[in-house]
Amino acid sequence: MTTVLEVQGLTKGFTMHHLGNHLAAFDQISFDLKAGEFLLLKGQNGAGKSTLLRTLYRSYIAQAGQVIFHSNHGAIDLLRAADVDITLLRREEIGFVTQFLVARPRVSAEALVAEPLRLAGHSAEAALQEARKWLAEFGVKGDLWRAYPTTFSGGEQQKVNLARALILPQKLLLLDEPTASLDVKARAALVARLKELKAAGTAMIGVFHHPDDVAQLIDRVIDLTPGLENEEREDVVV
Amino acid sequence: MTITIDAPTLVKAAPLLRAQNVSKTYGAVQAVRDVSAEVFPGEVLGIVGESGSGKSTFLRMLNLEETPDSGSYTLDLPEVEGNLFDLDRFARRMLCATRIGIVYQNPHLGLLMKHSSSGNVAERLLVAGERRFAVLREKASDALEVSEFPLDRLDAPPAELSGGMQQRVQLAKAIALEPALLLLDEPTTGLDVSVQALVLDTLKQLQQDRKITMVIVSHDLGVIRTLADRVMVMRRGEVVEAGLADQIFQDPQHAYTQQLVHAKL
Repeated sequence: MTTVLEVQGLTKGFTMHHLGNHLAAFDQISFDLKAGEFLLLKGQNGAGKSTLLRTLYRSYIAQAGQVIFHSNHGAIDLLRAADVDITLLRREEIGFVTQFLVARPRVSAEALVAEPLRLAGHSAEAALQEARKWLAEFGVKGDLWRAYPTTFSGGEQQKVNLARALILPQKLLLLDEPTASLDVKARAALVARLKELKAAGTAMIGVFHHPDDVAQLIDRVIDLTPGLENEEREDVVV
Repeated sequence: MTITIDAPTLVKAAPLLRAQNVSKTYGAVQAVRDVSAEVFPGEVLGIVGESGSGKSTFLRMLNLEETPDSGSYTLDLPEVEGNLFDLDRFARRMLCATRIGIVYQNPHLGLLMKHSSSGNVAERLLVAGERRFAVLREKASDALEVSEFPLDRLDAPPAELSGGMQQRVQLAKAIALEPALLLLDEPTTGLDVSVQALVLDTLKQLQQDRKITMVIVSHDLGVIRTLADRVMVMRRGEVVEAGLADQIFQDPQHAYTQQLVHAKL
């Protein structure tokens, strides 16, 4: 299997100027990830699991280290890549599934879900067809497809969010507690979709409050508990 | 112990807009100091900062309304070459009429308030040399329609319209000639929240459908967050920080940006 991501000595902390202090999140994290692999991040609250995902996505700026991503355009260090290069990768190769939908005023659920496909060059009609398919798959009722998700309940919003985040297969998928607030049917649809993407070669790094939800997908575990040596962090699931 | 960001390697296109070391003083006041920015084709750059940060002055220079004391400004377009600040008045006016659109916070700056709305849009086309009446009328109503202006009000003068509608006329005028660059100076400030959402949505739609490169100045972080791919934070005429929009909002590095982000409701 080909290597998708090489993380070396990744270090992240937050400087809070108004308090005049620096808060360390994690220090010197290293691991590799291959195509089709599913890596679970574990550690208690505050160990830096979500922070690690956001640092890889470049929503956060790292303090030190190197993250080589083998993109379809060539290898690139995600910590130092130009903003436009990151924007390109986010559109084409790196997905991020969060617990929250970023709804926009006056944009329907189906348009929101279709957007990644439209940006990737699919025709408006084809993108909409596919969007409806995934909304149905995640259990969003047909009468809601053309409604604005700003007013949906948390659970329904999350289904729209998942459909949008998973509609376009990516090379690397970051998952930040996507099962939170999901009903049984939607959770099953999510696991099925992740399985399908994984089989097609998508590499995944996930944070799950209840890892049992995705137990069948996990290949490896990294423990972010502070103070561990790198050799102690990693665990392979048999 | 800081990480420096590299030049683009995956994106091969040249930036559409490149401003370098732009400075401007008014008497003893340094309004803009050594500001540089690059905007790539189809990208939306947001500029935030409080009043007096120099963000609007910088935007007016990009619209060639003001000339800086020093610095250069280029657009990667076939019809222009070299530093645009060196162009004569006629060439500036032509370039602004044909390739750069602007929407001001104050519609009085951008519109003739007593002429018809469609006339306001058509005027832009006339300046660019279009003389055929049918074409003028059609292009003007197209631009107004894309801006989601109600077509039964084509003949109403902006003076009789609501604030949100006036902004749509400005927007239609700005995009009538399909500009390469759209500049927006506090386009939704002073509008009701619901109207603000409509204008933002129109802009977002426009950006997605037409891939227009935009620079938007606002003190409203919500507006910037909705529209911008990248954000530049200005304070006292200088750029204190620039980065991806989500990074600036979630992990601001500079003390001033942290203060600004934490002050948002």
